[in-house]
Amino acid sequence: MLTKSRLVWVGLFALLALFPLVVTTPTWTSIIMFALLYMAITTSWNMFSGYSGYVALGAACFFGTGAYTVALLAKHWNVPASGDLFWLIPLGGILAMIVALPIGLIALRVRRHTFVVITIAIFFVFQLSAINASFTGGTAGLQLPFIPWSFQDFNLPFYYLAFAMVVVATLLSAWVRQTRFGLQLMAIRDDEDRALGLGVKVWAVKLSGFVMSAFVIGCAGGLYAIYQGQIYPQFVFNPLFDISVALMAFLGGFGTLAGPLLGAFVLETMQLWLTENYSSGSLYLIIFGALFLIVIIFMPQGVVVYVKDRVTKREDRERSLLAQNEVQIAGGSQ
Amino acid sequence: MSFTNLVHAVIDGILTGSVYALMATGLTLIFGVMDIINVAQGVFVILGSYLSYALSVHFGIDPFVGLLITVPTMFLVGIVVERAFIARLKGPEKTAMSILVTYAVSLVIEGVLNMVFTTNPVQINNASYINSSVHLFGMWLPYIYIFGFLLAGGFLGSIYFMLYRTRFGASVRASLADQTAAALVGIDVKKVSTICFGIGIAVTAAGGMIYGATNAFNASSSYDLISRLLTIIVLGGMGSLAGALVAGISMIILEDIVAVAWSPVWSNITFFILLVIVLSFRPQGLFGKQSARVA
Repeated sequence: MLTKSRLVWVGLFALLALFPLVVTTPTWTSIIMFALLYMAITTSWNMFSGYSGYVALGAACFFGTGAYTVALLAKHWNVPASGDLFWLIPLGGILAMIVALPIGLIALRVRRHTFVVITIAIFFVFQLSAINASFTGGTAGLQLPFIPWSFQDFNLPFYYLAFAMVVVATLLSAWVRQTRFGLQLMAIRDDEDRALGLGVKVWAVKLSGFVMSAFVIGCAGGLYAIYQGQIYPQFVFNPLFDISVALMAFLGGFGTLAGPLLGAFVLETMQLWLTENYSSGSLYLIIFGALFLIVIIFMPQGVVVYVKDRVTKREDRERSLLAQNEVQIAGGSQ
Repeated sequence: MSFTNLVHAVIDGILTGSVYALMATGLTLIFGVMDIINVAQGVFVILGSYLSYALSVHFGIDPFVGLLITVPTMFLVGIVVERAFIARLKGPEKTAMSILVTYAVSLVIEGVLNMVFTTNPVQINNASYINSSVHLFGMWLPYIYIFGFLLAGGFLGSIYFMLYRTRFGASVRASLADQTAAALVGIDVKKVSTICFGIGIAVTAAGGMIYGATNAFNASSSYDLISRLLTIIVLGGMGSLAGALVAGISMIILEDIVAVAWSPVWSNITFFILLVIVLSFRPQGLFGKQSARVA
């Protein structure tokens, strides 16, 4: 079944897969690698928050857990500085899921507004613990083995791993939309009390969605740790990260499939490009904030929904014009 | 831990806690009336600090006198932000969107502050009372802490007077209780919302002045502030004025006690843990309404 929209999806993914073969500048492969990483994270985040309407601002808890898991395991198991490190990444994802379970048990007891704030509070517990505990290396962070690959090809394995994460996250997110479980999540978003009344086990559905979404984010944290070779608590547990992920999803289209991918790609590429070309981080803050405010004012549901609405409206108009013409033709022939 | 240390921790907690309570009252007022979570509150406090700093350093105006300028300025800033962005939010995702919109506002302000004032931390310290202390209750208390307490008390008193003794306050309380019902009895909820947002931001000018005089700050201090303010209003019960007051003061007392009894390193974290524990048993917060659970 190759419908038109599926062809577009496959085409865009093929473009991303071919990109590092065409553009071999390490600066650019690194920028797009980070964009891919954020696409995977935002899609996975959207799979719970976007579908259920529970905006979680604690994605960094999972990201940081993944990063620290990989760094600590590499240290304690003496993993050699080679591609072997990559086998630790799924463990980072699994640990993120394990951590997500108690977080979900606490945070999901409350409804929307309070949920948002609790996830922020839990995030700060994680950040402060990572800074203060001894096994995390404190503010000095942790060092990972540096893989001695050539400068030119260093980015490639990371690029394709990040690409694989995007594919996994997107397929998972697309699949969830079609299952009974996904419909239940969306029912919670529309009206939680009614969903409960109709027999949806809201508690179990929310918790499993929350835990599922942690996996890819934890894996992404692990990949980030290996790529950077050094992690610091203030960078892997970063409040900006939490909000960036939510902003990316809202900018593209909260709760849609393509929206988070688009939002993450555009924003992350833009951010890295700006920091590459202008050293001032303040400029980025202003542009980022202003761009978001503009989108909210003109397209409150995100770019993807806005464009879709536009297209449907135009098709409707064309269809009604066509129908009018037919009526006129029919009337004229009488 | 000696008894005197404990007393010191409690007194210090009451003095600094009252300033946090004032900033949190602004935040909870905005949430209660409008269902808006104003994540920019932290950066507005810092904006208030920088305004007082600029007035005192460049024009030699005493920070307390400067409030006559900064408080109305911040009130206007609040009104403009509300009219330009907040008032446009509608629909079921309104509260979630408000977090992101106010966050975007705070990013823009943070960027501008970084450009104008650079990221080097500064402190308001060119008034004589900021660096001198008085001997009270067997301890040395900096004057600025006492003045800050009195200022916060004055502002909180005026807010409570406004809420409970004026006609406008009655419409605010009605909107706090039930927006639809308030609109039905003829209250202009839109106007009340705009003014409340203005008041909620205006108090940050006072809070920011004290914060800037007692701490070295730069634009990114806003993250620490907003995380504390949010936990205060959630712990107190979102939209509850009494909750903000009690939680604000008890938070700083608790932090100070942990810092004295255990270690200052872990004192930051205790409040977040307390929040998680309280919410596990009382999801609506200490003074919250049960109906807050129903989205």
